[in-house]
Amino acid sequence: MTATATRSVTVPVTKEKAHPRKPGDRPFGPLRIAAFLVLLLMAIGWLLPFLWAVATAFKTENDAASGAPTWIGESGPTAEAFTAILSQGNVWLWAWNSLATSIAITAITLAISALAAYAFSRLDFKGRKWLFAIVIAGIVVPPQALIIPLFYQMLAFNLVDTYWGLILPQVVVPAMVFILKQFFDGVPIELEDAARVDGAGRFRIFWSIVLPLSRPILAAVAIFVFIGAWNNFLWPFLVINDTTLMTLPVGLQTVISAYGVQYAQVMAQAVLAALPLIAVFLVFQKQIVKGVATTGFGGQ
Amino acid sequence: MSTAPQTARATGTGPATGATTRSIVTGSSQPGRRSSGGRREQLVTWAFLAPFMIAFILFLVWPIIHGIYLSFTDQSLTGTGGGFVGIANYAEALSDPTMWRSMGNTLWFTVLSTVPLVLIALLMAVLVDRGIPGQWLWRLSFFMPFLLASTVISQIWVWIFNPQIGAANAILANFGIEPIAWLQNADTNMYAIVIATVWWTIGFNFLLYLAALQNIPAQQYEAASLDGAGPWRQLWSITIPQLGPATVLIVMLQVLASLKLFDQAYQMLGGVSSDTTRSIVQYMYEAGFVGYRFGFSAAISYIFFALIVIIGVAQATVVSRRRNLR
Repeated sequence: MTATATRSVTVPVTKEKAHPRKPGDRPFGPLRIAAFLVLLLMAIGWLLPFLWAVATAFKTENDAASGAPTWIGESGPTAEAFTAILSQGNVWLWAWNSLATSIAITAITLAISALAAYAFSRLDFKGRKWLFAIVIAGIVVPPQALIIPLFYQMLAFNLVDTYWGLILPQVVVPAMVFILKQFFDGVPIELEDAARVDGAGRFRIFWSIVLPLSRPILAAVAIFVFIGAWNNFLWPFLVINDTTLMTLPVGLQTVISAYGVQYAQVMAQAVLAALPLIAVFLVFQKQIVKGVATTGFGGQ
Repeated sequence: MSTAPQTARATGTGPATGATTRSIVTGSSQPGRRSSGGRREQLVTWAFLAPFMIAFILFLVWPIIHGIYLSFTDQSLTGTGGGFVGIANYAEALSDPTMWRSMGNTLWFTVLSTVPLVLIALLMAVLVDRGIPGQWLWRLSFFMPFLLASTVISQIWVWIFNPQIGAANAILANFGIEPIAWLQNADTNMYAIVIATVWWTIGFNFLLYLAALQNIPAQQYEAASLDGAGPWRQLWSITIPQLGPATVLIVMLQVLASLKLFDQAYQMLGGVSSDTTRSIVQYMYEAGFVGYRFGFSAAISYIFFALIVIIGVAQATVVSRRRNLR
C-alpha cells in the first residue's frame, strides 16, 4: 500500500510555479485576507519559541534568570553566553564528531542503497523477488526495538565508544533502497541498452549513466539521511560514553545538568546546534521540500 | 538479461574468465559466451547486492534473531546471567503494571499528538496552497522546527515551561491564570510534551499535505469556478475529498511515529522517569540500560515491536477494506 502511494505522489511534486492563486479567489477578497491573517498568526506562533531562545541566548545570565518577558535584557544584548560556550572546547569537538559521522553515514547509506536498488531494479537473478520483499519488510522494523541486541553486538565487536559503532548500525535504511529502486525503475532502459551495445559493463553503466540521471533523488535521499544522522539521539546516546566522541545532541544533553540554571548558555547552545541545519534548509529548501514528499511517503 | 540455466552455468566454470571479459567487451557472440556471461553477470549482481545485504544481515536481521534469543534469557548488561529462562521475561512483562502503564502512556500520547498534528498540518497546507504571498516564510516557519535535534527542542521547551520564569506562564499570567509547573506536575507533563512535539514535527505533515495538494489538477478548480463554486465550495467538494488518500497515509505514518515516543519525553524531563510520561521505548531503555536487565528489556522490545506491527496491519486492513467497499 505504501508502494502505490509513493508512485502516485512523488512525480508531480516538481511542477514549477506550484502555487498559483486558485481560480475564483479575488486577490483582496475578505476570505483571502482572513486566510493571510490566520497564516500569519500560526507563523508567529511557530517562530516565537525559537526567537525567544535566540533572545535569551543574547542576554546576560542575570537578565535571563529574571524571567522578565522582554526581548532585550536590561543590560543590553551581549554575546557572552556564546563566547562562554565556545571557549569550553567540547562544543567544537562534538560538532566535528557530528559532522564526520553524519557524512560517513550519508555516504555509506547512499552508496550501498543505490547499488542494491540498481540490482533489484535492473539485474536478473534468482530469488530477486523474495529478497526484495525481505528488504522491504525491514522498513517496518522500528530501530528502537533493536537497541538491546545491537548494543550487545557492539560490545562483542568491541565497537562501543568508537566512530564505527556509531556509524554502522545507522547505514541500513531499507526505505532508501525502496525509494531508489522506484526511481531506477523509471529510468529509460534504452539508454542502458545503447551503452551495452557499445560494450560498457554494468558498473560503467550504473556509474556514468544511471547515477547522473538520478541526481535529484540522490540529493533528496542524501539530505534526509544526513539530517536524520545529525539529529539522531537514542543510538549515539547509548553507544558513546566517552565525552570526546559524543555527537552534538548527546554532548549538549549531558552538560545541561552541569550548567544548572545558566539559561542564557543553554539557549546559546541550542541556537548554535540549530544553526547548521537552518543553513542547510535555506540552501537546499527546494530539495528538502521535494525530499519530504518522496521519502516521506516511501516510509519515513 | 536472463540468468543462464543451471547446466550452462556449470560448464562455464572453467578457466574462461579472461576470454569472457574479452568477448563481452568486443561484443562478439562466440559459442559459450552466454553461459560464461551468465556466471559473470551473477558475480556482478552479487557485487551490487553484497554491501547492502551484508550490512542488512549484520545490523538488522541478526539483531532481530539475537534479540528474540536474548528475550528468553536472564542476560544482564554487565555480562552476568545468560541462562535460558523460558517465557519468564514475557510473563513478567505482561503482569507488570509499569509495562502496562507505559503502554497506556504511549497510546495516550499517540492519540493526543496525532489529532493536532494532522488537523493543524492540513489547515496550514490548505491555506498556504491558496497562493497567499509569503510562501518562503510560511514554509520556513512551519518546517524549520522539524530540522532541529530533539536535544535542542527539549532545551527550548524546558525553558519556555519553566514554572517560575518561563514564557508560557508569563503569557498565561496575562489571562489571570496561576503559574503551572508544566513538566514537574504529573497532571500536565504529558500535555507539555505533546505541545512541544506538535511544534517540533508538524512541518513534516505540512509538507506532505502540500505535496498532495499540488497533485490536485488545476482544471478541477477551474471547472468548479466556471460553475460558480466559491472558495468554500471548492474546499469541501474538491480539496478535502481529493486529500483522502494522503490523509490516510499521513495518519498512518504519524501514528507509527508517535508510538516510538522517547527522545523528547526523556530529555524534557531531564532523564527523570515519570509514571505519567514514561513511554514503552523509555521503559525498554530503563530496563536495559538503567536496570541492566538485557533479557527483560529485549522481551519488552518485542512487545513494542508487536504493538507496532499490530497497529500497522490494523490500519492497513481498515484502509484496504474501505477501498474494496467503494
